[in-house]
Amino acid sequence: MGGLLRKIRGTGRVAEAAPPRPEADPLPAARELGGSVQVRCVDAGSCNGCEIEIGNAFGPVYDAERYGVRLVASPRHADVALVTGPVTRNMAEPLRRTVAAMPQPAIVVAVGDCALDCGEFAGGYGVEGSVVDMVSVDVSVPGCPPEPAAIVTALRTLTGR
Amino acid sequence: MSATGYVAVAAQVAVVAGGAPLLTGWMRQVRARLEGRAGAGVVQPWRDARKLLRKEPVSPTGTGPAFRLAPLLLVAGTAVVAALVPLAATRTPVSGSADLILVVALLALGTVALALAGLDTGTAFGGMGASREMTIAALVEPTILLAVFAVSIPAGSTNLPAIVAGTIDHPARTASPAELLAVAALVVAVLAETGRIPVDNPATHLELTMVHEAMVLEYAGPDLALVELGSQMRLAVLLGLVATLAAPWGVATGGSPALLALALALLVAKVAVLGTALAAAEVFRAKVRLFKVPELLAGSFVLALLAVVGSYFLTGEAGR
Amino acid sequence: MNAVGPALAAVGGLAVAGALAGGLAPARVRPLAAGLCTAGLGAAGVVAGAAALGGARYGVWLPGLLPLAGVRLAVDPLSGLFMAVTGAVTVAVAVYGVGYASPGGGMHGGRGPGDEDAAGSAGGRHAGSDAHEPRDALAAGGGDHGVRSRGAQAVGPVFAGAMVLVPAAGSVSTFLLLWELMALASLLLVLAEHRERPTVRSAGLWYAVMTHLGLVLLLVGLALFAARAGGESFAALRAGAGGMPAGVRGTVFVMTALAFTSKAGLAPLHAWLPRAHPEAPSHVSALMSAAMVNLGVYGLLRVGFDLLGGGPAWWWLLLMGAGALSAVYGILQAAMASDLKRLLAYSTSENLGLVVLGTGAAGLFRAAGDRPLAALALAAALLHVVNHAAFKALLFCAAGSVLRATGLRDLDRLGGLRARMPVTAGLFALGALGAVALPPGNGFVSEWLLLQALVHGLAVPGAAAAVVLPVAVAVIALSAGLAAAVFVKALGVGFFARPRSAGAGRAVESPPAMLAGMALLAACCAALALVPGALGPALTRAVRAAGVGTEKPLADGELGVHLAHTSAALHPLWVALALVAGTAAVAGLARLPARRRARRRDARLWDCGGGAPTARMAYTATSFAEPLQRVFDDVLAPEQDVDVTPVRESAYLVERVRFQRLVPDRIEHRLYRPLLAAVSGLADRARGLGGGSVHLYLGYGLFGLVAVLAALVVGW
Ligand code: SF4
Repeated sequence: MGGLLRKIRGTGRVAEAAPPRPEADPLPAARELGGSVQVRCVDAGSCNGCEIEIGNAFGPVYDAERYGVRLVASPRHADVALVTGPVTRNMAEPLRRTVAAMPQPAIVVAVGDCALDCGEFAGGYGVEGSVVDMVSVDVSVPGCPPEPAAIVTALRTLTGR
Repeated sequence: MSATGYVAVAAQVAVVAGGAPLLTGWMRQVRARLEGRAGAGVVQPWRDARKLLRKEPVSPTGTGPAFRLAPLLLVAGTAVVAALVPLAATRTPVSGSADLILVVALLALGTVALALAGLDTGTAFGGMGASREMTIAALVEPTILLAVFAVSIPAGSTNLPAIVAGTIDHPARTASPAELLAVAALVVAVLAETGRIPVDNPATHLELTMVHEAMVLEYAGPDLALVELGSQMRLAVLLGLVATLAAPWGVATGGSPALLALALALLVAKVAVLGTALAAAEVFRAKVRLFKVPELLAGSFVLALLAVVGSYFLTGEAGR
Repeated sequence: MNAVGPALAAVGGLAVAGALAGGLAPARVRPLAAGLCTAGLGAAGVVAGAAALGGARYGVWLPGLLPLAGVRLAVDPLSGLFMAVTGAVTVAVAVYGVGYASPGGGMHGGRGPGDEDAAGSAGGRHAGSDAHEPRDALAAGGGDHGVRSRGAQAVGPVFAGAMVLVPAAGSVSTFLLLWELMALASLLLVLAEHRERPTVRSAGLWYAVMTHLGLVLLLVGLALFAARAGGESFAALRAGAGGMPAGVRGTVFVMTALAFTSKAGLAPLHAWLPRAHPEAPSHVSALMSAAMVNLGVYGLLRVGFDLLGGGPAWWWLLLMGAGALSAVYGILQAAMASDLKRLLAYSTSENLGLVVLGTGAAGLFRAAGDRPLAALALAAALLHVVNHAAFKALLFCAAGSVLRATGLRDLDRLGGLRARMPVTAGLFALGALGAVALPPGNGFVSEWLLLQALVHGLAVPGAAAAVVLPVAVAVIALSAGLAAAVFVKALGVGFFARPRSAGAGRAVESPPAMLAGMALLAACCAALALVPGALGPALTRAVRAAGVGTEKPLADGELGVHLAHTSAALHPLWVALALVAGTAAVAGLARLPARRRARRRDARLWDCGGGAPTARMAYTATSFAEPLQRVFDDVLAPEQDVDVTPVRESAYLVERVRFQRLVPDRIEHRLYRPLLAAVSGLADRARGLGGGSVHLYLGYGLFGLVAVLAALVVGW
């Protein structure tokens, strides 16, 4: 415990200074949210590269939580579905169900090139299509994988903070 | 009964209902800072609640009145508790009914309501959460009631205002070993009742490790807002109770509005200090395995038993 | 004008009339005729009880009614309380019983008599992974046997009448006679469905043996008492008790207490209860669990406090020990049970344990000289008797409705009844609220009072109090906590979610007579929960009649309960109103922030994206109880067996898993089995004595005679 205390004191604040608020107009659906966004992640078949970056976005350095974003355990609690990867056959229906399970207004954010156009995996035998083909996507974050900063920026357009 | 009495009750409920999300926000903020993060700000839980209340309510298929009523009952029961406990003033219109056993039972009522709601969904996780929550609740009960017993011995009554007023008159009581043991036992019981580390992790995302969260996985929108508000109020009111029992100074025993205002301010300060300590402690501890929880509770039970027996031998025989 | 006498006469008359009606009336009107008589005698019992509680005393000696001793009746407020409770339960259950015995019900004429239901009553065995079709037995059997048979209908009124009259007995012989009449009648009723289920027979055997062992103890104990006191009327016993040596008094107390606690279903003499109560037809279960067991408590109070005039602390510590043991053990077994009626039966054991715990505390305080506190503890115990009777009768009736509608008592196979039998589900919920000892239920009021008595008991001198009372508080708290888990399980698993078997899916609401009977009980529960203060004066009189304390334990003229000697008070009505108002206010306030009226949307259950969760994925009673079973592993010693069958091709691919769990009644195993083995061993050896030779028997006679004469000569 002493070690942990020393570590806390020695490390201090890890979070980087917040970059300026993104200019983009918030979505009409996001205006309802008023600075609070709960996020449910759906891995529809990604290589997990995107997941690592999402994990970093919520880590101490980028600290997405400070803008009012929080990860939750159930789509019922969520306002935003954060979808990654090309949609594999087995994940197509679960993805649709997840989005359907969210209370309205619900927003879908597609993260990574795969989510937008199947990227690296386009044409794969197990791939059903991109996220855009399955559900209506409101915000997209391109990149393979996208940088945490880009993910945070996209989420900030939703929280408006 | 003077008008201040009614004001005091209303103020207590308002402070608990309004302040509980802030307490949770504050505790998250403390944790965030200790973990090197910036944190979402103290009012974030209120933002969450406002948003959830605006969202669409959802009734999963097959659920019935139990599912709908549980969040309401949880909040209402906790609000009644907030009105009863002499957080700010001992002389209120309800002080005659402010019984410690009743308070404990009303809090348990909320637990039972949520557990039934979890079972009402008929999902595996709902049932799992309900089963675990009831197991823990059943084991916490003896500890809580024994601690209640211990703190009620000096006052000779389980009436909360009488206990608090008695302690204010005899400040030495708070330092007696029995009282300290009882408060220690109570703290462990409060951790278990409110689902904090090390009994439950309120921030977990893994269903299999959940206790409280698993029961409420199906709630959405306004219902979820109430469930969260209910658990936040529960934490606030229980911390307030511990603060009031362990350090009752400042609780208004008279009827003057100025004293009442001071009492409310002190209450907020005391609960904030307790919340800070709790949040800080949570950084250093991990959740224990579900089946280690009984050991923890057994330990606190022994503390409470020692408190009762101790207070009998220390004060009881000498006093009579 | 004393209403007690005529009312008691009416009880007796209606019992006989009901027996005749049940035995002679044509099958069509039989249940109605017998039910009306039973309800009438219950009402008469309530009248007599209420009059006695109001202060009327009544005593009569009818020498001609029975040879030798005659019938002696003596009614005081203590008897009045028990008569009123029994009568009230009888009225409601009789109304219910008319519907219960009427033709109909979901499973009638369906599957054959239960084959595997033995599992449920033999200790909650579960074959978890096999999806059997419902195979529990039929509720009210088809043709002219079961509850609708001539015999069962004729015995019902006799049983009810005997129960109402037991507290009115005023002499040892009358008491024992009525007691045995009650026991025999209930035994016959337990056996009513013996053709449907073989387990009924074994339950009946256990019950018959244990209740008669109890009778023998009672007979010997009371005979010893009467012999020493020089008279067998209660008045003579009361007068003679003072002069008796402590050893005799102690012996009488222990012997009668053993019999009475066994009747009350207290561990370790409870073994009959979790067998007989579930196997009896449900309205009989309700009568047994809500009324008959109370008479065990009545006996304890009558003999221990009134006739013996109290006793030393060890008597009461013994009682407290038995009460505490049954409270915790009973509710633990209930937590493990997945047979709904067995669960309720064990909960009876728990509640009566709490009552006896309170009784013991009253005796302890009395022995220590603190009469006001003793009165409070006894008032709490008596109030709990009343509350328990109300909610347990309701719960058993509701369980009976479920059994009748689905043919099932196994919680693991129920579920989804809330949508199919909403009224029954609501009534069960009300009863469960009483049973979990949470506000605003009725059980909370009496447990609160009991806790108050114990908490204030620390003022009683003696280190025993300092150790016993905290443990007693912890026991009550633990049993209350476990009771919450038990009834969340019963309600949540049994009635909520979706049906887990075809039987549960076919359930339909019960006929009006059954609902009416349950509604009566529900009204009693609600009244007891909201205005318990109304019973205050009656409790005071009953406590006074028991000779425990002359002070009022509760302040008069209150809706809530207000302790007369301390600052503690409880106002259940206000608490309930505050909860209702709070709920309404929260519901209103929660709508304010919504900008537009968002309609509530129905959505499919969140299934983690996979297929819709089937009913088999829902938590069952067994799985619900699993964490508790693990926590109390050492106490319960469950026997668990997991059998994995792999497919032929590979040991790693599982074809089927068979899970079996048995939570045996450990007390029964450890205590009864060796005893039974010893007895049957002795009996085997005794058989050797009977060689069949007349000379041998004559020889035995001679030796016996010589032994007796020798004993007389030696001067005994
Ligand atoms: S976008 Fe790149 S990192 Fe993300 S899932 Fe596709 S391949 Fe992996």
